[in-house]
Amino acid sequence: MDEMRKERIDRGVRVRASGLYAISSWREMLYLMGPPLFLIIGIIVLPIILELAPYWKRVINIMCVYALLALSFDFLANFVGLVCLGGAFFVGVGGYLSAIFNVYLHFPVYLSIPLATVCGAFLCTFLLMPCLPLRGVYFAIVTLMYPLLATRVIEALDIFGGTNGITGLDSLPNEYVEHYAIILVTLFFLYGMRRFVNQDVGLVIRGIKDNDQAVRASGISVTRMKAFAVFVAAFMGCFGGAYISHMYMWAGLSLFALDFSIIPIASVVIGGGGTLLGAVIGSFILVPLSEVLRNFGTFRIVIYCAILTGFIVFKSEGIMVYVMRKYHQFERWVKV
Amino acid sequence: MSNDIILSVKGISKTFGGLKALVDVGFDIQRGEVYGIIGPNGSGKTTLINCITGFIKPMAGQVSFKGQDITGWPPHKIAHIGISRTFQIMRPYYSLPAYKNLIIPLWSPRAKTTGGWRGGGKHGDRDTVAVDILEEIGFERDSRVPYKLASTLPTGYQKRLELARCIAMRPEIIFCDEVFSGLSMSEIAGMLPLIEKMKSEGITLIMVEHRLRELFRVADRVMALNFGEKIAEGESSVVIENKKVKEAYLGSEEV
Amino acid sequence: MEIIIYGVINSVILSLMALGFTLVYSIARVPNFAHGALYITTGYIAWLLMNKFVSFPYPLAIVISIGITALIGALIYRFILIRIRGMEISEIIATYAIGLAILEGLRWGGLRGGTFTLPPFIAGSMEIFGVSIDYQRLIIVAVGIIIFASLYLFTHFNRVGLALRGIAQDERAAMMLGIDSDMTAIVSLAIGSGLAGFAAILLLPLGNIIVEQGYAVLIFAIAVCVIGGLGSWGGTILASFIIGFAQILTERFLSTHYMMVVALLAIIITLLIKPSGIFGKQKELEERV
Repeated sequence: MDEMRKERIDRGVRVRASGLYAISSWREMLYLMGPPLFLIIGIIVLPIILELAPYWKRVINIMCVYALLALSFDFLANFVGLVCLGGAFFVGVGGYLSAIFNVYLHFPVYLSIPLATVCGAFLCTFLLMPCLPLRGVYFAIVTLMYPLLATRVIEALDIFGGTNGITGLDSLPNEYVEHYAIILVTLFFLYGMRRFVNQDVGLVIRGIKDNDQAVRASGISVTRMKAFAVFVAAFMGCFGGAYISHMYMWAGLSLFALDFSIIPIASVVIGGGGTLLGAVIGSFILVPLSEVLRNFGTFRIVIYCAILTGFIVFKSEGIMVYVMRKYHQFERWVKV
Repeated sequence: MSNDIILSVKGISKTFGGLKALVDVGFDIQRGEVYGIIGPNGSGKTTLINCITGFIKPMAGQVSFKGQDITGWPPHKIAHIGISRTFQIMRPYYSLPAYKNLIIPLWSPRAKTTGGWRGGGKHGDRDTVAVDILEEIGFERDSRVPYKLASTLPTGYQKRLELARCIAMRPEIIFCDEVFSGLSMSEIAGMLPLIEKMKSEGITLIMVEHRLRELFRVADRVMALNFGEKIAEGESSVVIENKKVKEAYLGSEEV
Repeated sequence: MEIIIYGVINSVILSLMALGFTLVYSIARVPNFAHGALYITTGYIAWLLMNKFVSFPYPLAIVISIGITALIGALIYRFILIRIRGMEISEIIATYAIGLAILEGLRWGGLRGGTFTLPPFIAGSMEIFGVSIDYQRLIIVAVGIIIFASLYLFTHFNRVGLALRGIAQDERAAMMLGIDSDMTAIVSLAIGSGLAGFAAILLLPLGNIIVEQGYAVLIFAIAVCVIGGLGSWGGTILASFIIGFAQILTERFLSTHYMMVVALLAIIITLLIKPSGIFGKQKELEERV
């Protein structure tokens, strides 16, 4: 009886395109550069295309913000080993700080957003420092609590506008700046992070996830490296928060909402954890989906959660990994 | 033997709940010697290493390195001043190739100051240095071995990778936690020149071992532990004849 | 005096909320973040049975709704958690997502506004030491004490109970003795969910059935378990008293806004000082990396 098994082999194109030989033919270069170029050009051109459907233009911005948050979660969870269930904390801190700089201190927009991003990242890192030594589960629980605590404290102390929030933020100069600011930042971080994790520094950070005792035994302070990683992740999240608050010209408790924590996680799980690109692709899928489902009200969350659970349980490798596998390799049945 | 004590351990004790893992253990290490620590399973050898290298805080006792008190220091600080250790349960950075595993120690502040690579303090290319170090410890340079994923290496190579990780930091002391375990006789024979080489470079080795015969070929002095207590210390030939040591390993003759 | 009595009542309330969660974690090692959702589900089902469908009598509605919730818990394990057993973070995310889906699904399905209530068991109140307490709260305290006492006796003197304790202490050893770990997980999740429902039945008559309460219950349960030490009975009770009194004191001297803040701060502070909680049994190397 003939038994068959599945065999996976790299495509010829891939083999030919690895290393220096890639520049030997247009076909191979297209193979390598095609997908990223498609993504980059696609997203840059999108706002122009969508002049036809103005409502959807705002969705692009939101999509990119969530992509940043998803990148931040993916980086922390799959490269450092820190599962942060409270990404909304970064968003809220960035948003409120930008509002404070803009409204209370009268800084102009192009100053308040960068300042909020940097200060927010420092603040978040400082506040999360005590949690860094904790084991995975406990870190996850604690980070879940942070945004909740922030909302309650703001509400209880009635500071920063209390339940009404801070209104009267300046918006960005014009629509195109609004679009391209976030698009370019997102692309920058996507490809920047992909390079970063392969630099020597990035390898050290990844080492912490694999075996932090060995990193310690190599004379490196793990807590310091984790703090650095959190800073990078918080940087991305705070920028997103600052941007959003200026987009809506309002900073309120909803900046700490569950959505900002859950949807990035879902994006990463669906898109494929550990690839950074999957995080972005995942959010590019989920956010428009969420707009389509807007009519369902809070039922949307039910759907995300169902999809999220489904992916965690059944297809935990995610879409991106699956697609990359198909792209780079082909499968065939072979006789044993 | 010149009296140059590089590491001095006094009165280390550690209790886990009801279990007395270490009871008043102390010893002095001469610079450049190979010091063995032996004892049956559960005698506290790895706990001792953990206490000295900072991974566990001892409940009592003192550790001094070149005259400086390092008791209770965090592990990365102890590694930084020149005390390295291997891990009994090896976990290389699985997702990385073998030579990339060394990037982490080469990135450490210590590697920058000690010139973790032979080229001196200059920030050379870490990748090349990593491959150089691997070659030093026996990875064939021209083969693909240094570039293979660490998880695919055979045990002998993984053990060497562990040692390479320590060597990359140019330490003064290396604690070897059962480096011979899981290796065949020929693999151990292959490791012995490496140990001789480290010795000749002035690195002090403290080796916790179960493979007594192999250990005794390299060790200058040996200490025996049982149930967390030091029961013998001295030259290997003397310690192995010690009645208490025999009893610890084999059980006493009285029924 | 008022403070003491309300403090005790609040503490018992918190401990009842935490009961199901701590049981599931100590036996099956599953952090069931759907706990709050199951709590509200039971209340809602009971309400539906009594008001929407054929008017079920109260006791019957209670039994059925608890039963359904227990069944849901078991199903969650059997079809979802069983595949991600052991990966704690995935378990947290998955149970949290399920809990979220349930709560928001209930909200979408009609659980909005403040008109859903369950009637108290016995209406009216009495005076103790000069403080007026309604009968429902007294019943809660009484039942709470009985439940904890019987659970203690069960896990210390009954064979099945001892088996569950054995599993809680050392899963591998228990497996070697022939105890099927998946089956026990299903059972413990069923019991844990049932206990969540039980707490709901006792506590929801004090107020309205609202979705926000589901989130709150989850946080209180986590607070009690983390502070008391995941997996320790004594710790759970002690922690609920600590948080219970802290909440009553802040309510008295500050404002009601702070009650949740107390719980959240307590969680964070505990995790920073002693992550395994007051009576936690986790080893020092495991909790701090």
